[in-house]
Amino acid sequence: MADLRELIQKVLQAKDKLELQNLKSQFLGKNSQINQEFKKLGSLNENDRKIRASSLNNEKQKISEAINNKFKELENLEINQKLQKNKVDVTLPARERPNGKIHPVSQVIDEISSIFSEIGFSVAEGPDVESEYNNFTALNTPEDHPARDMHDTFYLDDNKKILLRTHTSPVQIRTMLSGKAPFKIIVPGRTYRCDSDQTHAPMFHQLEGLHIDKDITMGHLKGCLDYFVKEFFEVKKIRMRFRPSHFPFTEPSAEVDIGYRLENGRIIVGEGDKWLEILGCGMVHPNVLKNTKVDTKKFQGYAFGMGIDRLAMLKYGINDLRSFFEADFRWLNYFGFDPLDVPTNYRGLSR
Amino acid sequence: MIITLSWLKDHLVTNANLGKIIDKLTDIGLEVEGLKENQGDLSNFKIAKVLKAEKHPNADKLKLCEVSLGNSKTFKVVCGAANAREGLITVYAPPGTVIPKTKMKLKIAKIRGVESHGMLCSESELNISDESDGIVELKNRSKDIGKNYFKGKGEKSIDLSVTPNRPDCLGVRGIARDLASAGLGKLSNLKKIKFKQNFSQPVKISITKEKNQGCMSFGACYIRNIKNKESPEWLKEKIISLGLKPISAVVDITNYVMLDLNRPLHAYDADKIDKEIIVRNSKTEEIFEALDGKKYKLKNNMCVICDKSGALGLGGIIGGTRSGTEFKTTNILLESAYFFPSSVRKTANSLDIDTDAKYRFERGIDPNSIKEGLELATGLIIKICGGEASKFSVVGKTSIKSRLIEIDNNKFKKVIGIPISSSETKKILNSLGFKTKFSKKNFKIEIPSWRPDVKQDIDIIEELIRIKGFDKISLIHPERKRSKETLNFKQKLFHLSQRAVASKGYLEAVTWSFTDSRIDKQFSQGKKEIEITNPISSDLNVLRRSIFSNLIIYLKKNQDRGYPDLSLFEIGPTFSGNKPGEQQIVLGALKSGVANRKSWDAKTRNIDVFDVKADAIKTLVELGINEDDLNISNNTQDFYNPGRSGSVNLKSPSGLQLASFGEIHPGIVANIDLKERNVCGFEIFLKNIPEPQKKYRLAKRNYSVSEFQKSERDFAFVIDKNYKAGDIEKIIGDVDKSLIKKVLIFDVFEGGNMPEGKKSIAVNVTIQSMVKTLSEKDLNEVSQKIINIVKAKTGGTIRS
Repeated sequence: MADLRELIQKVLQAKDKLELQNLKSQFLGKNSQINQEFKKLGSLNENDRKIRASSLNNEKQKISEAINNKFKELENLEINQKLQKNKVDVTLPARERPNGKIHPVSQVIDEISSIFSEIGFSVAEGPDVESEYNNFTALNTPEDHPARDMHDTFYLDDNKKILLRTHTSPVQIRTMLSGKAPFKIIVPGRTYRCDSDQTHAPMFHQLEGLHIDKDITMGHLKGCLDYFVKEFFEVKKIRMRFRPSHFPFTEPSAEVDIGYRLENGRIIVGEGDKWLEILGCGMVHPNVLKNTKVDTKKFQGYAFGMGIDRLAMLKYGINDLRSFFEADFRWLNYFGFDPLDVPTNYRGLSR
Repeated sequence: MIITLSWLKDHLVTNANLGKIIDKLTDIGLEVEGLKENQGDLSNFKIAKVLKAEKHPNADKLKLCEVSLGNSKTFKVVCGAANAREGLITVYAPPGTVIPKTKMKLKIAKIRGVESHGMLCSESELNISDESDGIVELKNRSKDIGKNYFKGKGEKSIDLSVTPNRPDCLGVRGIARDLASAGLGKLSNLKKIKFKQNFSQPVKISITKEKNQGCMSFGACYIRNIKNKESPEWLKEKIISLGLKPISAVVDITNYVMLDLNRPLHAYDADKIDKEIIVRNSKTEEIFEALDGKKYKLKNNMCVICDKSGALGLGGIIGGTRSGTEFKTTNILLESAYFFPSSVRKTANSLDIDTDAKYRFERGIDPNSIKEGLELATGLIIKICGGEASKFSVVGKTSIKSRLIEIDNNKFKKVIGIPISSSETKKILNSLGFKTKFSKKNFKIEIPSWRPDVKQDIDIIEELIRIKGFDKISLIHPERKRSKETLNFKQKLFHLSQRAVASKGYLEAVTWSFTDSRIDKQFSQGKKEIEITNPISSDLNVLRRSIFSNLIIYLKKNQDRGYPDLSLFEIGPTFSGNKPGEQQIVLGALKSGVANRKSWDAKTRNIDVFDVKADAIKTLVELGINEDDLNISNNTQDFYNPGRSGSVNLKSPSGLQLASFGEIHPGIVANIDLKERNVCGFEIFLKNIPEPQKKYRLAKRNYSVSEFQKSERDFAFVIDKNYKAGDIEKIIGDVDKSLIKKVLIFDVFEGGNMPEGKKSIAVNVTIQSMVKTLSEKDLNEVSQKIINIVKAKTGGTIRS
């Protein structure tokens, strides 16, 4: 039998897979020397046979191993040679992936809902087309009240009984009429006023808040808004001032300003020395509670309303209100949000 | 409401400076909207002398003037006035000045080739009279050359936003009272001008007793033998500083009293009154010519002040031309009346008139201020114009009783959250003019007649906290506790579908709820139009009946900007009627143009119905609907191309419509004239998405997969051309639900060697058993079953 070392040497020197195949049948095939040796085992006595068999198996395994290793080596070589020929230019453009966006108003509504959810508010809704009663009269704004002049109202009938809601406040009426106190709701929604210029759009978005329960005071109102403003603008410190004002459906009423400064033409909300009005609020007027059959001896509470578009403008540095509604492809792409960017409290409200 | 510091100090003794006053005003609810220079910066206007006036070299009617302010420097000014002449002393406005009348800022400009440095002004341009014939001529003022023409020294005026509940603050005195109450000084006593009243008021005045009478009381004073003239400088300046235009002493004085005390007055030329004054309701079609120069056709039940010949004025709104005062007027009747707010408001709204008087009366002036107003105005008229005053006459109610409100001592703390002492309560209320009586349990409060807004205890609480200061309220942090779910099922669907569609490459748009009726008509399925009676413009005149109405307009705008390949969507209300609730939330999406425009490795192809079908179906599945429950048919809305659109219904073609999809009808696309004509879209009707009975996790079947080998078999069926591929898919799937795991159509072929009216559909079927490895025999059996059932149900034959 040829020297084992010599055989392995031959395997290692094989130039390609074919040669290796030949060597394999030569060294391990039917007619290979080692196979012949195995056949002779029968003629040996038991003891010798055991020793001889073990040695032959050992040799066979070594050759086999050498062939397998060589095979893998040759194969890798072949693959690498192929890869050299199959190169692509990876700087070519990638395939298009659709690129959708969420409108800033929707994103901000999600943010606001997430913030108020944390302190137990739920979202309520109402129709865009409203009765004059729900929009005005029930909200303590009777027909001859001059406050109605502040709402340039779109009407749907000649008798001025059906209109497009001028604020989200009629949802207060609907909610209280259809349920039982306590109430703790926010109402984001479309609102309409017959007014159109650089800073006014005939449609805009409002957020209404209503909290009616036992012993809810103006202190709670202040606390709630302080919490909201800090969460929304994602700042720890913010200057805030409550200014007396008048809304027919709250008493006392206040407007709320927050502090800001200008930095490179951008409004930075926080501790600046300028004031910016962001919302109106107050304690729900007893007349409104009476109109909605809420027991004023037991229940009282606060309401607030703010412009969602304006909040979005402030937070995201958008200058032009009207651009919100023009669906300009470039604007939507620039100011829109990735659909995966869902505002949550624990992952952060905004990126 | 505009006030100036100097006028405020007529009523308020204070050391506070302007800044402090502004801050305090805002703190007590009289929001300062701005500080304005009076009518631009009036200190810019200088008294000047025209040194030379020559003809303009290039224009006959223009003059080239050399103007001096008294020093060695002179200015060249081009002037068109005929009276511009050498030696004239007039008013000069340098470049940079804002001209009160036009609100234009002067620039150095070439006029007919010659540079003009500023302007010489007429009275009209300065808003001090209507005199526009020539520039101001000042006599005997040569010692004032170079000085300011307006003595107000450009005093700043404070622009206040007075809320509708505070009519008392539409007069300077009311504002002073509030400031005094807030600790910023002392309200001074009203100054009185003494005059004699030696005769009775001679004009008979009556208020007719009738239903809806708008006048409660009518006070008057007759003043005879006056000499009406231009107001003295101090009065002109006051009137101008508050934004009004001086007219004549009599008119200016009535305006002054209105601004000072919030007491509107009206002066009639008494000689023009036909016999007597009657306050009555108007008759239908009665004609009235008002001082604004317009003729009004009145409706019935409007409050008019009349004489024997007809209407002289609309009570509390506007006077008439027939009895207006003029410079030559010698006898006047001064009216100081109380008109009911709702009557004034109704009349003014119906006739669309807005005046300072109307603004005040509809908010409610002090009904007890009739004499106070007459006293101040009569005194001033006699002082300035001379004459003799009659005694005052008042018809109707002479005064009203004060309202009384009781307020529980604990109420303030209950509403506001912090306590207030009874001494503080008393101090604040008394300083605002409320009378208080304190007992152990409650306060009894008498409301001053100038505060119509204070009607119940909560109004008193507002007064208290307003003056005390909102900053005194300590905030109570909210509890982080949630007992109810934030969103209900439909609201969750709204947010989920919004993000689901955006994630498929659509940009979310938010557009108006109203739209152009001409576009809306095309998407409305013949439903009734929902008109807005007072639209903002004629192309936004109806409520939208489809999301597509607006979306397609904006798609077009974007295409016109050069973006043909677009995907837009909006989720929001569409309307089906003009009653509350006749609306539903719809998600509508449009997609236009091609896929793979100018791609280096993929073929450019038109966006088509299967793109939007995929987006619609995928979204519905993401909304939690089982894909097996989606029935697709081509019975859909007619604004789609009828041959290339479909409807997705729940479980059967007659089930709730969940979505529609397809190519937008080429007729509509052509009508709207879109640049890129290939437009597809889909709609999802959120109200039809069923709320699952169980949570998704509970509704899922137990997890079980087969451990045995799966096999695939391909079939090609030759079938009627019109047969729906979707039906074949379903038929095959139903052959043996336990074995057939998946059915996939992978080729559709028509023409070629296909018989006329036939097509070939190639189907790949995945077969796998849960219990054993299927033998060749088993597989053949299933295959044969498929072939037989397809043939039986569809007539389709296997292609050999």
